[in-house]
Amino acid sequence: MSSIKDRVIAIIAEQAVLEPSDVTMDSTLEDLGIDSLGLVESIFAIEEEFDISVPFNANEPQASDFDISSVAAIIDGIETLVKEQS
Amino acid sequence: MKRVVITGAGTINALGHTVPETLAAMREGRCGIGPLEFRDVDRLSIKIGGQVRNYEPEGRFNRQQLALYDRFTQFTLIAAREAISQSGLVFSGELAARAGVVLGNSGGGMTTLDDNYRTVYEDGKNRVHPFVVPKLMNNAAASHVSMEFNLKGPSFTVSTACASSNHAMAQAFQMVHGGMTPVMVTGGSESMLCFGGVKAWEGLRVMSRDACRPFSGNRNGMVQGEGAGIFVFEEYEHARSRGAEILAEVAGYAMSSDAADIVMPSKQGAARAIKGALADARMNTTDVGYINAHGTGTAANDKTESAAVADVFGAHADRLMISSTKSMHGHLIGGTGAVELLACIMAVRDGVIAPTIGYEEPDPECALDVVPNTAREAKVDVALSNAFAFGGLNAVLALRKFS
Repeated sequence: MSSIKDRVIAIIAEQAVLEPSDVTMDSTLEDLGIDSLGLVESIFAIEEEFDISVPFNANEPQASDFDISSVAAIIDGIETLVKEQS
Repeated sequence: MKRVVITGAGTINALGHTVPETLAAMREGRCGIGPLEFRDVDRLSIKIGGQVRNYEPEGRFNRQQLALYDRFTQFTLIAAREAISQSGLVFSGELAARAGVVLGNSGGGMTTLDDNYRTVYEDGKNRVHPFVVPKLMNNAAASHVSMEFNLKGPSFTVSTACASSNHAMAQAFQMVHGGMTPVMVTGGSESMLCFGGVKAWEGLRVMSRDACRPFSGNRNGMVQGEGAGIFVFEEYEHARSRGAEILAEVAGYAMSSDAADIVMPSKQGAARAIKGALADARMNTTDVGYINAHGTGTAANDKTESAAVADVFGAHADRLMISSTKSMHGHLIGGTGAVELLACIMAVRDGVIAPTIGYEEPDPECALDVVPNTAREAKVDVALSNAFAFGGLNAVLALRKFS
């Protein structure tokens, strides 16, 4: 099975309609053209993929424990959640 | 054009089972939001809502009626009975032939849908109750009101998500204003507080887990409510000639569409609806003393709505009061404008402004007088009621003190 990193990137790439190779670790969701609805949809796809629950409220993205400031931050967060929730 | 007045009001919602109970709760700044109680609530991450409490449908409806009435229809009929009884109208002959009922609703019989999906999907049964369809259809409530009160004129249901009731009441106003009918029953209802209903909203990640705090710097989302608000809109001369008590005058309305985004609100679309309602009612911005805000408690709505109000009213924005009663009764989605119109009636008739409760810290992007936490006495001649729906569909009503 591919790594958590590759699986998250695949989800983000699909949402952004890009090739996974175009999604770099320091990209922000904004750089990739993912808006607030796209973000909520991506988080849903990630939760389904890893069978985890991601603590994210669209009303206070900054206040959530879950960091979405870059692709790297998202992958870090998912790796932590997978560890905690498995 | 005919003047339109309100001669009856009824409601049932998380704050009370009647209009006097609801207005008393608004004056006290009481919160009707609490832990949700229904099957499988433990599987939800959002566990609060403005549920109608101490409600016993068996005391209100007989067995045959209950077999046909989803919760949203029950709430509608309870509110309609109160409103029509207050108006003193009896619909027969020519009046019955012309008077109709236009209601707002978004989800239809969500509880009926939820229960019966369970039956076939979860319980694996292959047979459902024969009345599932007539119970869940969005127009069931309007139809049952027409049957119970003999309303044979134009009758239908408007569905524009969170603006449904305002669009419905705007339609009813227009029909009386234009002389099509002397009386319309209008308003709206909603009952989505069941497992499937809340689960669907959870998915969008805009719901608060703890409280609805509109305009507050620490707001973190909306909280759902349920219930109904129903009004009798009557042509002024018709009401006057029979000596009816007049609660307020409906002075005008406007509708607009953002034509932009399916969930994000637009300042321009909201501002056009507010401005349009003032123009339709032939009012100046300085006439407005109170606005019942859409005020959902989401990050996006409250700052956009505040900006729209600031744009339309200019310097007067700092002198008017704007509050969101959703902080107390929750967001009734398709029924919300109807319950919120009660706060506008209270403002112009009683001179009492319902507060925005749960207000804890200022937000520079919502720098208006939101009547934080405590109701206020103030003389108000004109009140507006805002509704800005998902899908970018907006409707604003203008009420004037009757004198």
